[in-house]
Amino acid sequence: MNAFQLYRRYIGASMRAQMQYPGSFLMMAAGEFIVTLTEFVGVWALFRRFGQIRGWTFAEIAMFYGTVNVSFAIADAISRGFDVFGPQFVKTGNFDRILMRPRSTILQLLGYELRLTRIGRLTQGVIVLAIATHWLGIEWDARKVALLAAAIAGGVALFVGILILQATLAFWTVESLEIANILTYGGVEAAQYPLDVYARWFRDFLIFVVPIGCVAYFPIVRLLGHRASMSAPGWLLDAAPLSGIIFLLIALRVWRVGVSHYKSTGT
Amino acid sequence: MIRLRPYLTVFRMRFALMLQYRAAAVAGFGTQCWWGLIKVMVFAAFFRSSTAHQPMNFAQAVTYVWLGQAFLALLPWLADPEIAQMVASGNVAYERLRPLDTYFFWYARAMAWMIARAVPRALMMFSFACVVVPVLGMGEWRLRLPATPESAALFLAAITVTVLLSSAIVMFVNLGCVVTLSERGVNSLIVPFILILSGNIVPLPFFPNWMQPLLFAQPFAGLVDIPYRIYFGGLTGWIALGGIAQMIAWTVVLGFVGHRALRAAMDRLQVQGG
Repeated sequence: MNAFQLYRRYIGASMRAQMQYPGSFLMMAAGEFIVTLTEFVGVWALFRRFGQIRGWTFAEIAMFYGTVNVSFAIADAISRGFDVFGPQFVKTGNFDRILMRPRSTILQLLGYELRLTRIGRLTQGVIVLAIATHWLGIEWDARKVALLAAAIAGGVALFVGILILQATLAFWTVESLEIANILTYGGVEAAQYPLDVYARWFRDFLIFVVPIGCVAYFPIVRLLGHRASMSAPGWLLDAAPLSGIIFLLIALRVWRVGVSHYKSTGT
Repeated sequence: MIRLRPYLTVFRMRFALMLQYRAAAVAGFGTQCWWGLIKVMVFAAFFRSSTAHQPMNFAQAVTYVWLGQAFLALLPWLADPEIAQMVASGNVAYERLRPLDTYFFWYARAMAWMIARAVPRALMMFSFACVVVPVLGMGEWRLRLPATPESAALFLAAITVTVLLSSAIVMFVNLGCVVTLSERGVNSLIVPFILILSGNIVPLPFFPNWMQPLLFAQPFAGLVDIPYRIYFGGLTGWIALGGIAQMIAWTVVLGFVGHRALRAAMDRLQVQGG
């Protein structure tokens, strides 16, 4: 069985398990939808008072907001195994079992669970994107579709990379640290607004250290054709989402270092 | 007369237990600093983008943001996890055996849990937002002190009532947990209400003017909006006292209804487990 088939088996089992409680699933997905929607209501209220933020309109912000929420929803749904890695695998010693199996640790942890309730955030992001498209009168041609797809793919890679780093930390700390939320939920929060809203040091951090700006901001700026104050050449901005993939590759390297440091806590 | 000692004891025990989770408090603190900075920067950009008259000025909005981070743990986010556990395992039946009023017993637990989580976080957040932020050269973004001594005194009164009000709301979530036999549904139901109606996501005065009387009157305003506006002098004198009276009124109403409803629920208790 190749890796892809095996992953499908894992995910099939995980989905059947979650569907054992359809009521609970629906309630949690709806809850997630509503909670993420409240954020958007907040943004709406501020725009109603202020009109615009540094030249950006509400409809444009909705594009940023929708894109980053779609990316994060997908990444968070597939990376559950890494999210709960500390308490579920290191603390309990269950990681020993994963190491025993003749398959990659990454594949097994990705297969741990596909969190279906994240469909709540995903739906909300897609709806926001659709509304924003309508408001802005965006005509989708191949280039724009490619830019959006690149933004989302880069975003998913970046957030998965962050969650892998969070899990890697658990090799040393045992517990999962809430501090990684700064980069996941905090990253989503930050990327909901265009980068030029932020102070210089913060902007640089979001471009060069944890490149959320590269995956969520530059592609959308290009897509909107906005006259944002960017001095970089166009091709560089188009290539920016690749940094999400690079971040993921680096995270995977760090993960391997972590695995080689693993000392079982099990009994 | 109600014997107070058992309730005070459970409060003290719970408080001591919660203080143990120091690592969690530090990690939470880091997250909140970051969160606060993002919100402050967004407000800074908004205020620079518009000259229209706003319901509060930039310094006040910043203060509102930091207070929100400092007192985040005072919000009734969840059912008491141990009560949820008891409901799931069926051990909740033991609560019927105690010669105590279950409502006040659980209320004391909720209050202790909340205060123990909030006090260290608030102290750390005040030192960060009042001292560290200006030292780092971001003086515009610092948490201001209360507008006047009068505001400070009124704020202390208000935030005390916030604890009582928030505990009464937690009791409703606990109640929902007992009735539906699971904490998941009620926990996900309460969160959007808190986020929007307390002022946690956006300070309530920024919502459209026609909503303001409604927003001021509803119970969630007392969790965030009323005390914070008292703090920076947005609500003063009789209006501030009216706000506090509103909070006390909701606390009493929710407490009274919750007390009766919990007794009814416990009388018809379904016990799970074997």
